[in-house]
Amino acid sequence: MDDHVTTRSDAPERRAPEATTTASRRHRQRLETLRTIVLGVGFPILLVLIWDRAVAISGTRLIPSPHQVAVMMYDFSFGGVYDDAFSGTILIHIWKSVQRVYSGFFLAAIIGIPLGMMIGRSRILRQLLDPTISLLRPIPVTAWLPLSMIFFGLGPNAAIFLVFLGAFYPILLNTMFGVRSIDPRLFEAAAMLGCSGTRMFRQIVLPASLPAIFSGLRIAHGFAWILIVVGEMTGVPTGLGSVVMDGRTLSRTDLVITGMIVIGACGFVTDRIIVAISNRLLSWSPQHRE
Amino acid sequence: MSNEARPTRLAIRGVTKRFAVGDDEVEALAPIDLTIPQGEFVCLIGASGCGKSTLLRIIAGFEEPTTGETSIGGKTITGPGRDRGMVFQDYALFPWMTVRENISFGPRQRQLPKAEIEGVADEFIRMVGLERFAERYPSQLSGGMKQRVAIARVLANNASILLMDEPFGALDALTREQLQNELLQIWSRTGVTAIFVTHSVEEAVLLADRVLVMSAGPGRIESDLRVELARPRDVSSPEFNELRRDVARRLTSHLAPTRV
Repeated sequence: MDDHVTTRSDAPERRAPEATTTASRRHRQRLETLRTIVLGVGFPILLVLIWDRAVAISGTRLIPSPHQVAVMMYDFSFGGVYDDAFSGTILIHIWKSVQRVYSGFFLAAIIGIPLGMMIGRSRILRQLLDPTISLLRPIPVTAWLPLSMIFFGLGPNAAIFLVFLGAFYPILLNTMFGVRSIDPRLFEAAAMLGCSGTRMFRQIVLPASLPAIFSGLRIAHGFAWILIVVGEMTGVPTGLGSVVMDGRTLSRTDLVITGMIVIGACGFVTDRIIVAISNRLLSWSPQHRE
Repeated sequence: MSNEARPTRLAIRGVTKRFAVGDDEVEALAPIDLTIPQGEFVCLIGASGCGKSTLLRIIAGFEEPTTGETSIGGKTITGPGRDRGMVFQDYALFPWMTVRENISFGPRQRQLPKAEIEGVADEFIRMVGLERFAERYPSQLSGGMKQRVAIARVLANNASILLMDEPFGALDALTREQLQNELLQIWSRTGVTAIFVTHSVEEAVLLADRVLVMSAGPGRIESDLRVELARPRDVSSPEFNELRRDVARRLTSHLAPTRV
């Protein structure tokens, strides 16, 4: 967009379409939305149909049919079908898992973001910590399981620790990367306008690296929900991970699949929340919108 | 325009700059001596690599001179400061701030009362004609608008020296011409001292009271020319063209040997 004398002040109007094109564009947009929904929902429905047919044709008794899982899901949510230890307990399990996921996740964010900002800005800190981080990072989080059980015993803290570990590295590394890729001109501009010291962190470093921080948070958040199952294997009585593990122990695959679906749904919904927050905070940055 | 009576604003004494390039050292600036009085419009012109941007960055306080000293109103420059504002070629606006927030960034650093900050922001938004775009983000602006914001951001901070590093280099010809005119108006209205780096001879002759032609290897000031033409200047007048030829000749004279 150029902005010489004649067009400068009314550049937006110049591109404003006439009424007819507005209507046809709205129509096209509606079709586009419809297609997004049909394709996005249609594919999982197709998968469920294939699952149903595959179970029916093979006659396997190891994998439950979608219908059996639906019944289990109903019982897990509202009770009244099997009336066992899992009937109507979904909210308790979700609540326990949410607590653990977000204890670990927020702990990782509270430590990872400031640490990443400081490491990104300070060469000495980078020299001090970078080799250690690079050394610890490739260790799979699940390999920490035995040690975390020794540190924290059999209980929720071991699960929180695993979630924390899994969420920590993506947050830390993305924050470091975000800080290091800030245009140095922005620091110069801020300095010449009288900004310095800790105000530089709050006013320049944090907002400028926010897009990278949010992509780190999003990856970490995904890991956190993955790791909750592993974390809740450590002998806690409640939580979605423990439901899946109990299902395995009891050879109840309908319960296992029900637990898997609930974890997937929780991860999906909370991911959308994170995306919504990030879109709101990053509305200034068109390339980071979804 | 007579500058004899004006007080010296900026003084550069024996400033040199060496950069380490690998194991070598490159001499970017030979000793440079220069004084610029208050309110003067100075254009630094030269081929790329002549050190004009380095000199500007030393004045801004972004780089330290290897030897020598720069001072403003008698006070030695030790780093970036509010009295000098840089306008970069690539704008360097804060992308997460609206036009208004970018312009009021300096006053906010000084923690002025809120009403005063808003007043200053309004004044400079109006000065650069962006009233209707005040709540937009930089990514929603054209290049010309972004550069207006960058100029307003510096002026809103009360800078008395406006440093500009090829500010209009990335703009199309029409926008560039318009911004040159706006800059001259702002300059004459505010009485700010302007140091403007460019590689366009026409731009230098159009804008400046004084054109400093720099040459490379190591960077030094080859000639120091006064432009006495009255403003607004007519780029098609014979006097303008004569000056333009003169500057162009001085600019290329030292290039000739290296081209052979």
